Amino acid sequence: MTDEMPLWEVFIRPRNGLAHKHVGSVHAADATLALDAARDVYTRRGEGNSIWVVPSAAITASDPEHADETFDPTADKIYRHPTFYEIPEDVGHM
Amino acid sequence: MYSQGLIGADGRTEEDETFLEAFQKRIDAEEKIEPKDAMPEGYRRTLIRQIGQHAHSEIVGMLPEGNWITRAPTLKRKAALLAKVQDEGGHGLYLYAAAETLGVSRAQMTEELHSGKAKYSSIFNYPTLSWADIGAIGWLVDGAAIMNQIPLCRCSFGPYARAMIRICKEESFHQRQGYEIMLTLCRGTPEQKEMAQDALNRFWWPALMMFGPHDKDSAHSEQSMKWKIKRFSNDQLRQKFIDATVPQAEYLGLSVPDPELHWDPELNDGKGGYRHGPIDWDEFWRVVKGDGAMNRDRINARRRAWEEGAWVREAALAHAEKQRSRAAKLAAE
Repeated sequence: MTDEMPLWEVFIRPRNGLAHKHVGSVHAADATLALDAARDVYTRRGEGNSIWVVPSAAITASDPEHADETFDPTADKIYRHPTFYEIPEDVGHM
Repeated sequence: MYSQGLIGADGRTEEDETFLEAFQKRIDAEEKIEPKDAMPEGYRRTLIRQIGQHAHSEIVGMLPEGNWITRAPTLKRKAALLAKVQDEGGHGLYLYAAAETLGVSRAQMTEELHSGKAKYSSIFNYPTLSWADIGAIGWLVDGAAIMNQIPLCRCSFGPYARAMIRICKEESFHQRQGYEIMLTLCRGTPEQKEMAQDALNRFWWPALMMFGPHDKDSAHSEQSMKWKIKRFSNDQLRQKFIDATVPQAEYLGLSVPDPELHWDPELNDGKGGYRHGPIDWDEFWRVVKGDGAMNRDRINARRRAWEEGAWVREAALAHAEKQRSRAAKLAAE
């Protein structure tokens, strides 16, 4: 029965000015019920003022097996960081 | 709320040495393991079992307390108890969600609880006979659960650790409301104090059993410690609980039902602690294996709730399907 009950990922924004953050998941028949369930399960103590629910099946994730080739190339590009460049102290803060 | 030392974990695993060593290295470096990461089968199996038992304990744990919602002595107590029971339901759901990331379905976990295949904390197979039991459960059972759960916030499996952080934040209210109930009873009439003592008498030993068998009898603990699923042994956690709880009982003016309980300056590496008398492990295993006072009631209540709710789940799915097909028809026009 619950095998047919779709899974939704829940994201909550703690307050205006912050991004929605993943908090967990709920099972629900449709988006409206998923929002209701997410409210009951994840916001009993003022955890947020906005909820997103997204069908879990709609998320495409990067493959952890390929994490090295996906993310390692950034490590040797030190010229992307401000400290790579030498500016004389006399110039002041930049 | 309530976890218990894991019953019957099977940490055997068959991956090759290189893989296991690389995995252990990540664990030793305190890296968190996330759901899609490669992991030994034994690690996955142990976690599914542990998180599942933990989730079931939260859900079944709603029953003994739910028994008293309509009979709470004041509106304040009723509101607090309702909120607590709702929290337990929420905790169960966070944990089911964490377990599902490991590839087990909710339906399968529910099925295993209802068939008796999956275990839950044996403490819930004891009846709640008086209002004081609600106090004792909050104080002792949630207290023991907190001892167990705080180290789980640093568990090596990310989703479990994150769920535990949320749970621990909410749990402290549970223990405090329980202790406050005990305190109110102990400051009341002699009969009320007697009720509190009676509840302590019945829940003390089962609360100690919540930490699971002694280390020497806990065959699979070592692998769980190595994988940092578990951070402290059953006996270490039990000792911490006793040392924290005995002074609280003294403050209430209640006596702990253990004639052999005494302060031993040698315990805890010379810092001192309370040494306890022997625990009745036959009782523990009897209850775990299904012969506690309430085992049948608890599972029947869960099954009934599931079966009687079937029409709601079916209706919700049918409604969703109708909305979808209407939207599709509109789009096609």
